[in-house]
Amino acid sequence: MKWISDDNLNHLRTIVNDPDFSSTKYTFVKELARGGMGTVYLAEDRELNRLVAVKVLNTPDVTDDLCRRMIREAQIIAGLEHPGIVPVHDVGTLADGRIFYAMKFVRGSRLDEYVAQGAALRDRLRKFQAVCDAVAFAHAHGVIHRDLKPQNIMIGSFGEVLVLDWGVAKILKPQMNADELRSIRIHPRPSASNQTMDGTVIGTRDYMSPEQSRGEIDQIDERADVYSLGAVLNFLLAGKGNKAARAICSKAMAHAADGRYSSASELSADIGRLLDAEPVSAYRENAFEKVGRWVSKNRFLVLLVLAYLLMRIFFIFTSRS
Amino acid sequence: MDPDTDIGGPLHKFPVTNHSAIANARSDDQVARQRALDTILTSYWKPVYKYIRLKWQANNEDAKDLTQGFFANAFEKDHFARYDAARASFQTFLRTCLDGFVANERKASNRLKRGGDMHHYQLDFAAAEDELAAHSVTSTLNPEDYFHREWVRWMFTLAVEAFRQLCLESGRMVHFQLFERYDLNDDDSDVSYASLGLEFGLEPATVNNYLAAARRDFRRIVLEKLREITATDEEFRTEARSLLGVDAK
Repeated sequence: MKWISDDNLNHLRTIVNDPDFSSTKYTFVKELARGGMGTVYLAEDRELNRLVAVKVLNTPDVTDDLCRRMIREAQIIAGLEHPGIVPVHDVGTLADGRIFYAMKFVRGSRLDEYVAQGAALRDRLRKFQAVCDAVAFAHAHGVIHRDLKPQNIMIGSFGEVLVLDWGVAKILKPQMNADELRSIRIHPRPSASNQTMDGTVIGTRDYMSPEQSRGEIDQIDERADVYSLGAVLNFLLAGKGNKAARAICSKAMAHAADGRYSSASELSADIGRLLDAEPVSAYRENAFEKVGRWVSKNRFLVLLVLAYLLMRIFFIFTSRS
Repeated sequence: MDPDTDIGGPLHKFPVTNHSAIANARSDDQVARQRALDTILTSYWKPVYKYIRLKWQANNEDAKDLTQGFFANAFEKDHFARYDAARASFQTFLRTCLDGFVANERKASNRLKRGGDMHHYQLDFAAAEDELAAHSVTSTLNPEDYFHREWVRWMFTLAVEAFRQLCLESGRMVHFQLFERYDLNDDDSDVSYASLGLEFGLEPATVNNYLAAARRDFRRIVLEKLREITATDEEFRTEARSLLGVDAK
């Protein structure tokens, strides 16, 4: 048998690994990101002459479990039509047997990269509020993300905020359009185990709620995402922020789910109040703080009054002398 | 996407894959068991031999005996049947067993006395030795990484051979020849679809189609071979990433 050189070995590895788009309308451009379940490639849609992001399973899954997860992810995203959730264009099977789905290619940076670029705290909070709104929309449709973290949030070139990677999402109630889901003509072998079993740990440690870390799947509801959003907020604050901001963070990350915001909308509303310098539900202010916040909110008016008073004092002194 | 996402049960129990030689190594069916042991031997003997030569600094005669002895001993004592996929990959388990075996043999200093009643496998040690002589070991690789790299190389070598056999049996040798000329081209000459088309009397588009089909078959064979020597779905996925050099990043 012929010796395979290192160069050829690497080439053969690439051949086996790269997606075979020959049966699709896409042309491979380059790899964008690699994850535990799949890899996202940049591809060109030859029919519509545009770039798309195509997520492809890393390796064929012998039990079809990953195929089901992938199709489920595409279906979940397709069912969530919201500006904060990347739209899915297409789903199918490659010639090499791997499941793929094509979605909008978002130009921009991940939330952690955005923060590293030195975004101001106020801008970070505005983006965070947009994340909460997208998650609240998903919750309203009975979908829990379960893996919210800065790496799964994109800030587009025009400042748009998009929540990605719904691969481990949990559906609380099937509110998606059933006809639409049935129209997707990919049916892996049926299995009774296409839902996460109790005791299974899914998510990312630093951003995972305590009930999620314990694998208590039945206990996971919207508040698990609220916890993860709190952890994202904590990352965004990076030790900065006033007491109210930190209180919002603490409430969102309360150990007991009952102690948290009951929904992402509630959390979003508190962030909105924080940005508008209004009292937030997570923090009870004392009289001084109330005055401080009022002053901060009405800075222009306060400056105007102060200027007026200074002028009056100046005139009083000058008229006496 | 982020590779940190953890998907898996706290006990990391996964179902056993079908057609796994590792699973069949503990089968009660003698035929299935023997076939499984043959698969393990075929898939690992060369990396094992080279690893012994490199890590244990054994000369070629000793390395041959130790390789033969290791597999004979493991099969005789059913060592591979004790493999637990929840604890390590099979590759790591085999390498650990190998280190233990060689260390014991060295201690007992009786390795050369085993010869008489030991089962001898037909293994092409001369080819392995030629490869060692022709391709010097990179000093930056530790023995474990070297073992892994040689295992990857051997898996691809076996897959190329299986693909050649498949093309031969199905009367599609032109597919293999195109694959060999384009994807296993060792010299620096520029090979294009057009030049291959001229050489084989085919349209460039046909060359493209044949190569796409060849690569598809080759990919399937590589993954089938890997599936044979992994015990669980999880191990298969992990080893596939390792084999393809695409660990999450």
